[in-house]
Amino acid sequence: MSAARQAILGRVRSALKRAPGAPPPPPPPVRLHAFPTSLEERIEQFSTALGKLNGVTKVVSSESEAQLYIDGVVAGRTFCTAASTRDEIVRADVGVSGVDYGLADTGTLVTLSASDPRLVSLLPPTHIAVLDASRLLSTLDELLQLLPQPALQTASMVLITGPSRTADIEQILVRGVHGPGELHVVMIR
Amino acid sequence: MPMTSAGMQKTLANPELQLAVYTATGRLMDKRKAAVDSELLPEYQELRTHANALKQHTVDNLDWYLEEFERNVEAHGGKVIWCETGAEVANFVLELAKKRDLKLIVKSKSMTTEEIDFNEHVEQHGLEAVETDLGEYILQLAAQKPYHIVAPALHMTRYEVADVFTAKLGVERETVPEKQTMIARRVLREKFLAADIGITGANFLIADSGAIVLVENEGNARLSSSAPKIHIAVAGIEKLIPRAQDLGVFLRLLGRSATGQHLTSYTSFLAGPRRAGEADGPEEFYVVLLDNGRTKLLDKPERRQSLFCIRCGACLNHCPVYRKIGGHNYPWIYSGPIGAIITPQFHGTAKDPWLPFASSLCGACGEVCPVKIDIPKLLLDLRSDVVESRGNTVERLAFRMWAAVMANPALYRTAGDFASMTGTSERKWKDSSSMLAVGPVKAWLSQRDLPGPAPKTFRQLWKERAK
Repeated sequence: MSAARQAILGRVRSALKRAPGAPPPPPPPVRLHAFPTSLEERIEQFSTALGKLNGVTKVVSSESEAQLYIDGVVAGRTFCTAASTRDEIVRADVGVSGVDYGLADTGTLVTLSASDPRLVSLLPPTHIAVLDASRLLSTLDELLQLLPQPALQTASMVLITGPSRTADIEQILVRGVHGPGELHVVMIR
Repeated sequence: MPMTSAGMQKTLANPELQLAVYTATGRLMDKRKAAVDSELLPEYQELRTHANALKQHTVDNLDWYLEEFERNVEAHGGKVIWCETGAEVANFVLELAKKRDLKLIVKSKSMTTEEIDFNEHVEQHGLEAVETDLGEYILQLAAQKPYHIVAPALHMTRYEVADVFTAKLGVERETVPEKQTMIARRVLREKFLAADIGITGANFLIADSGAIVLVENEGNARLSSSAPKIHIAVAGIEKLIPRAQDLGVFLRLLGRSATGQHLTSYTSFLAGPRRAGEADGPEEFYVVLLDNGRTKLLDKPERRQSLFCIRCGACLNHCPVYRKIGGHNYPWIYSGPIGAIITPQFHGTAKDPWLPFASSLCGACGEVCPVKIDIPKLLLDLRSDVVESRGNTVERLAFRMWAAVMANPALYRTAGDFASMTGTSERKWKDSSSMLAVGPVKAWLSQRDLPGPAPKTFRQLWKERAK
């Protein structure tokens, strides 16, 4: 395969008239703008944006209150957490996971595999995400300022914006095609 | 050069299909328009300009960024496989599967693997490759190619889907999209959990991170890249962008341009296999970098922009030609205006010389392109390639005669007078214009009426006015 490597790079360099290893001119500047907003505003924005996508935001003031809400959603069904085995996750009706950040303007959750498993937020039909309100950022731009190189911290960073959805049949919106169709965010402030 | 084919005639004569494509693309146009509204996103034009500059810079220095990307993938424990052709991609996967005795592949939507007929290649050798995007899955069962870059089964009705599911899955006939979707979920969930290899494409390759980015709504790309033990991402070499931070520009353009979403349901940023202490994820991570003709598009600096495309599909939705002839009448899986400019550059203009002409040059494609590819300009460039290579003597003669008439006042006057004589009555014009209905003119007239010349020429009117 290194023959292909050499051939491709060779053709690229000859077409671009570049010498091997010649550093490029500086790239266009990074374009990230973050405008600070208050926590109240961010929570309001987050729950509105997520609501439009059919996701539910529940703001609570303590961990015990969060637990109460989670118990209500689980309602006796099987659930899984970061401590569950793959088989348990596969069988669970509800996945309960922490998430690392929220993005207020788009109602987005950010989950890093370094701190949370990937499948808990993906396999069960319902996902309950627990987010500390202090980690609610304003925008994607702010996230990328905070984590300029996510790969240094984690193998996977997933942005979750609403439930899993498809419109592949006659453009009719159907939720829960492969991932969770129901999404609850419990925000502890 | 025939501009229409039997397939196009069939599409044009099918009112259900015409309505389906018109409605679906129209809806996507509306959604995009709402999402880039200047009140909602005042910096939209600035983002496009910046995205264009980033892509230009990356493509102009592609070898540098390819090597940087490779170094960083390896630093995170992944491997980069370079492939010149689709056959090399298939061989890489086949060898890996043979060595480890692996059988089942789950795939998430990828135009690049469609481009190289990946499934056909590996299935010949006894592997099972299952498409998991709902639209792609339906098409795989129906043995069809994608109709649209973003919405592959846009042309099918729920009744056709019901027929396919009944015939291929042996389930009871079900015509409600929600229930059809749940049938697919059930069948495909088993595949995800049993699969040995997950294959995805990549919307972006991030040079400074050695990461790939997957943009999707269903969750099948997340499943393909995290449930099986091996994840292989197949991507064209042009998918690079320099920095993770550049996603701030590209992610805000892609979802909006494709489906009007500010961000799609899932955006996965993946750098290498699972790390120590991580609960799950693949044990092996490969990125296949594919050329398959892309380097040919680098030769002429003004045409390099063809490689900027981020596959949002907006140019298809806005193209009056695509909306009439649909996706399957284009010769390759890349349809619409973007297909009309990249296909001839990959395969040569001789193969489908009509492609750059399949445009009204209305400019809508260039206007909605999130990375500002000047598609109309490239279409014109490619048209002149076609004309130069063909040396069409009849056409050349016709234009020479036209030029001679236009350059000579006496001849022009005579021609004008003659033309207006043929148009003195509607019937007379019909008779004389039908005489023109031979050869290429006949094909043109089959879909249009040739307007008759005015009863009086401009010169006559001018003269009368001056009196």
